[in-house]
Amino acid sequence: MEFFVISLLNGISYGLLLFLLSSGLTLIFSMMGVLNFAHASFYMLGAYFAYAIASKLGFWPALVLAPLLVVVVGALVERFGLRTVHKYGHVAELLFTFGLAYLIEEAVKLVWGQSAVPYRIPQELDGPLFQVFTSVFPKYRAFMMLVSVSMLIAMYVVLTRTRIGLVIQAALTHPQMVEALGHNVQRVFMLVFAGGAALAGLAGVIGGNAFVTSPSMAASVGTIVFVVAVVGGMGSLAGAFIASLLIGLLQTFAVTIDASLADLFGAIGLHVTSATPLSSVWKLTVSQMAPVLPYLLMVVMMIVRPRGLMGTREG
Amino acid sequence: MKPTMRQSYEHAMAPGLTAASPRHLARYLIWGLTALVMAVAPLIFSSGFAITLLSQMGIMIIFALSYNMLLGQSGMLSFGHAVYSGMGAFIAVHVLNQVGAGALWFPVSLLPLVGGLGGAFFGILFGYVTTRKAGTTFAMITLGIGEMVFASSLMFPDFFGGEGGISTNRVVGNAVLGITYGPGRQVYYLIALWCLLSMVAMYAWTQTPLGRIANAVRDNAERAEFVGYNTQRVRYLVVILSAFFAGISGGLSVINFEIVSAENVGAVHSGSVLLATFIGGGGFFFGPVIGAVVFVLFAVALSSLTQAWLLYLGLFFVLMVMFVPGGVSSLLMKQVPLLARRKLGRMLPSYSVALGAGVVLLAALILTVELTYKLQIDSDNGTGMTLVGFAFDAASFKPWAVAVALWLAGALAWRAAVARVHQAWDAVQAEMAGGGV
Repeated sequence: MEFFVISLLNGISYGLLLFLLSSGLTLIFSMMGVLNFAHASFYMLGAYFAYAIASKLGFWPALVLAPLLVVVVGALVERFGLRTVHKYGHVAELLFTFGLAYLIEEAVKLVWGQSAVPYRIPQELDGPLFQVFTSVFPKYRAFMMLVSVSMLIAMYVVLTRTRIGLVIQAALTHPQMVEALGHNVQRVFMLVFAGGAALAGLAGVIGGNAFVTSPSMAASVGTIVFVVAVVGGMGSLAGAFIASLLIGLLQTFAVTIDASLADLFGAIGLHVTSATPLSSVWKLTVSQMAPVLPYLLMVVMMIVRPRGLMGTREG
Repeated sequence: MKPTMRQSYEHAMAPGLTAASPRHLARYLIWGLTALVMAVAPLIFSSGFAITLLSQMGIMIIFALSYNMLLGQSGMLSFGHAVYSGMGAFIAVHVLNQVGAGALWFPVSLLPLVGGLGGAFFGILFGYVTTRKAGTTFAMITLGIGEMVFASSLMFPDFFGGEGGISTNRVVGNAVLGITYGPGRQVYYLIALWCLLSMVAMYAWTQTPLGRIANAVRDNAERAEFVGYNTQRVRYLVVILSAFFAGISGGLSVINFEIVSAENVGAVHSGSVLLATFIGGGGFFFGPVIGAVVFVLFAVALSSLTQAWLLYLGLFFVLMVMFVPGGVSSLLMKQVPLLARRKLGRMLPSYSVALGAGVVLLAALILTVELTYKLQIDSDNGTGMTLVGFAFDAASFKPWAVAVALWLAGALAWRAAVARVHQAWDAVQAEMAGGGV
């Protein structure tokens, strides 16, 4: 029970962080049709900017300033990079962001070095929030959940209750009509791209110190975010939300379960020894399989329901 | 990107080619020359380093061409192509180890075929999942499959060899005609032979009905479907074939490096082949060949000179995507009509100006990057450094001033040069259009 509650909370906080990341990706994809390969790079930039600012001004200014810096980077990338390749089609845009991911990683190495930087949790958020029997739930995890949920609500309000949100929603489906009504769709694109980058940057600010801030952080989280987008259904925010929580919980629970198929066979009287054919497969524990599970989920999803959880049918 | 591809295939597939036509003769000539270059290259560049470089180029050429079956010819952008070459390599290395242990008899020369069949097997397995979707979703699923295979490589140490990988020894069995594959040169010739065979086979594939319909699926999937083709099945078949050739390159890499590790199936390897193919250009059959050669030069030669080679490569790639989406081969092919009309000489002055400006900009970039690297990453060993024979202190003011001056001069010269190239190009095009027919 104790284990269950803590894992549940950890899984939800990780899932919410994933959603913060994948919501930006999904927004950009559904709006511009661009699959932003460099999305996780913005996550990394957010973490590094926050580290740089936090070491000078402290964590709280960094929480605000770092995402704003990422907004600037995102806007510049859209204006001077993506807009140039837009005329060559979606594949070129995808390749552009792919190359950009390389560049950002190398630039980060150039500025902050190749090893991880000591980006730490602020003093006032360090320590346990409450205790379930013997396990503790750290304050910072709760803070991450708080930030993610409030951003989620803010995003929902902006998209559905404000004028600019309505323009964005309209431009998602009918860009020509929105342009005809006198809105600058190019600028809306830039805004969405920069906004999506900012969400990723914010995720980096709060995720960088909870996990590790190193040049490889983009690559490690990037593919998981893509899995979230595919499993949830390309371009569906609700789908991305469900898939984020699902994968967050899946990964958190999987690393704590130490059972394997061999144990299952043992329970029904079949004992696996090293002489059994494929013994290494049967002896794999669930925790060993944890890194593969999201991808397996994606493959199964592709076979059973190719459009994803909440995706609409293509073409 | 699309227009260049379509254009190129119209060129390549002009109707009414008969056996005696001069184009056919040209084709034999080109293949003959390719074979000749491959045969002579190690005699000219005979140092050990050059031989390894050439061997890696041969392997990369097969890999990049197999990738282009997907990207250039069928419009499928894959981020997990290393899975097929890597899995082919793992199967080949296990077979080779069995041969070495005496449990199995198999000639080493045919080992790439084992890799190819292994790659094709995984193409059948994974291709079924990936090809259910086209376009962006296909790209993401291939990425996921690649990550899945890479992540599971650490779960099955028996097959993948864990962190250290699986090493092997290529000198096994009886020597046929004195060929033991001990010396690097013998390995190179084996690679060159397989490379040539694969190139011919892949080129021939573009001329088959499946190759043509793959082009149709790339250009207009909906229309291909209306004509009665199952696009999903076409994509599936192409993935399997492409995986076969990728596996051949994997099998050759086993013979060349005598080690296979989890990195062979990793995302970095998949990214490399994408970069190589795109830089060369997917629109022409020979594009990936150029790309593979350039990429190996970057990855092997440049990486021994500077730590920042990935930065240069990434920058090169991004600039190509932004300004030359057809790759190097499209730039070259643009000159062919000029060459045919003997107008290329008119362009050369403006080209050389642009080249000069480009060299200045490149120098500025290299100086800036190397200075930053020295200060940020390598400053523990002091800030003194040498670049092309000049020794200076990276922490001093002077080299930075030179860098800024180079940037300014280069940027101004580049702007002028680009204007000049455009002017000359337009003039020549107008002349060709006016005085042509």
